[in-house]
Amino acid sequence: MSHISAQESEEGVGADIPDRGPKKSVRRQMLEEFWFYFSENKGAVLGLIVFALIVLTAIAAPLIAPYSPILQNRDALLVPPVWQDGGNWAYLLGTDAVGRDVLSRLLFGARYSLFIGIVVVVIAVTVGISIGLVAGYFGGWLDTVIMRVMDVILAFPSLLLALVLVAILGPGLTNAMIAIALVLQPHFVRLTRASVMAEKRREYVTAAQVVGASPLRLMVVTILPNCLGPLIVQATLSFSNAILDAAALGFLGMGAQPPTPEWGTMLAEAREFILGAWWVVTFPGLAILVTVLAINLIGDGLRDALDPKMKRS
Amino acid sequence: MLRFFFSRVLVLVPTFIGVSIVAFAFIRLLPGDPITLIAGERGVSAERYAELQAEFGYDRSIVVQYLDYLFGLVTGDFGTSITTKRPVLQEFFTLFPATLELAFCAMVIAIVLGIPAGVFAAVKRGSWFDQTVMGAALVGYSMPIFWWGLLLIIFFSGVLQWTPVSGRISLLYFFPQVTGFMLIDSLLSGQDGAFTSALSHLILPSVVLATIPLAVIARQTRSAMLEVLGEDYVRTSRAKGLAPRRVIGIHALRNALIPVVTTIGLQVGVLMAGAILTETIFSWPGIGKWMVDSVFRRDYPVVQGGLLLIAMIIMFVNLVVDLLYGVINPRVRTR
Repeated sequence: MSHISAQESEEGVGADIPDRGPKKSVRRQMLEEFWFYFSENKGAVLGLIVFALIVLTAIAAPLIAPYSPILQNRDALLVPPVWQDGGNWAYLLGTDAVGRDVLSRLLFGARYSLFIGIVVVVIAVTVGISIGLVAGYFGGWLDTVIMRVMDVILAFPSLLLALVLVAILGPGLTNAMIAIALVLQPHFVRLTRASVMAEKRREYVTAAQVVGASPLRLMVVTILPNCLGPLIVQATLSFSNAILDAAALGFLGMGAQPPTPEWGTMLAEAREFILGAWWVVTFPGLAILVTVLAINLIGDGLRDALDPKMKRS
Repeated sequence: MLRFFFSRVLVLVPTFIGVSIVAFAFIRLLPGDPITLIAGERGVSAERYAELQAEFGYDRSIVVQYLDYLFGLVTGDFGTSITTKRPVLQEFFTLFPATLELAFCAMVIAIVLGIPAGVFAAVKRGSWFDQTVMGAALVGYSMPIFWWGLLLIIFFSGVLQWTPVSGRISLLYFFPQVTGFMLIDSLLSGQDGAFTSALSHLILPSVVLATIPLAVIARQTRSAMLEVLGEDYVRTSRAKGLAPRRVIGIHALRNALIPVVTTIGLQVGVLMAGAILTETIFSWPGIGKWMVDSVFRRDYPVVQGGLLLIAMIIMFVNLVVDLLYGVINPRVRTR
């Protein structure tokens, strides 16, 4: 009881209490609550640890990789991993068809995958949220037009559309990232629009409007923070999708070009050796799977922690 | 119901126009202009250029060109392949059964395994079975399927030598195409071992293509089932003393399947994207491989036509799912 009245008086007096103190603790409380629900999910914590290790690997790649990822050793072609007959301690995971160290290429490959994921998500989130805010806030014909355009993008299988876009833009990692971001952003538009439309009618928005907040401020400062939950989850899923799609494009020869040590491109180069040298095929794919799995585990944990519906169950 | 039907069909019109604009714009967005593309590397003289431009109608306004293109589509003209000189639509229908057969088998695998797995996982929530199934589903969902296909080839074709590496049937068998579905045609041919050969070629690509839909369906079924199991009417039927199998199998499952049907419908897009990779790995002569090959051959009319046809298939399936949803869930209809 005393706690409630204290809070009420705090809100009542309002003007002469500096709002920094309580705000900070509220934020901290939210973070603590978030971590409580997130850490309930053991898989999510495991995913976070694995993901952190991958990030560290990517950052430290030049320090820990035994060789340059593009250095070819003509005396050591298709050397098997160290534990197999003919394996060599100099090449822990063996070498590929032109004598490059598989381990070093994998370590440097982590940089590409994470870079792809970050760039794609940043583009897709920024563009998607901006369009979604406009569509949801203004409504009317603008909303209709935007949503129909998004329907059109979603009518194509994402990988096919990305493939065709890359055919227009030309093969390469940058173009692949642009194409994938374009294909992924309608999901953000839809999510943002739906939450904005729901939040727009709430009283706090009307209150801010009455006080005289501009539409831009209403959209970005007032409404957007309250729509972030599902968007964060979607961003995580898009991160893993971006890595998968970029690897698929690389595999098809339309993404990063050789000799880039991108995992999908490595798989494409290794395809002809599948029946002779299993290691050149197995490890790059395993790296993709582990990275994507870790991110998806984190995504599941985020959903548990951020979705109020899940909290009750 | 009729009104519901027409409203759903009507919504597709703007999407179709948008999709056709994308396909139309595709060729015009390519670097270089279409005439130079058709003329090839040798190039053409200025007069011949103007002639060709008139012949293909590129000298008219863009709107007229689009309307012309749209009119062509309505009459079944989806362009002509540069490499084979055959109409795109004809090529599409020759190759589509292969993709349909593959996608159908993949979907059967995904549904037959995914729904029971999801139901049991929900019923035994928290058990080792639930944890194993959901763990496996997450791995499946995260799987780069092009790598998964290669692994299966290494193991089943390389190590065990159980299955062939690529193609739809062994070259030893030859029979006329009746339905285009290798499983049916091989049975109709009456040749010994033809069916087994077709089946052994089909099994690995189907498993690969089924992986992601299977994972998604299992996860979706589990969460839908969990939601339904918490409802009052399930508790009531339990309290009435109905056998658990009846409560779960009939009362709960029926309602839990409503969102699952939508999920299954949404997998068609996933299947088409997956077909691009699966068919490339297994040299499966379907439309996925056709599209990839055409992109590499710079056979742009095929890419344009294929893009549009694939989008139309997805739109059509989504419409069917939408209508089906209206049938099994009457509440949607009145909205």
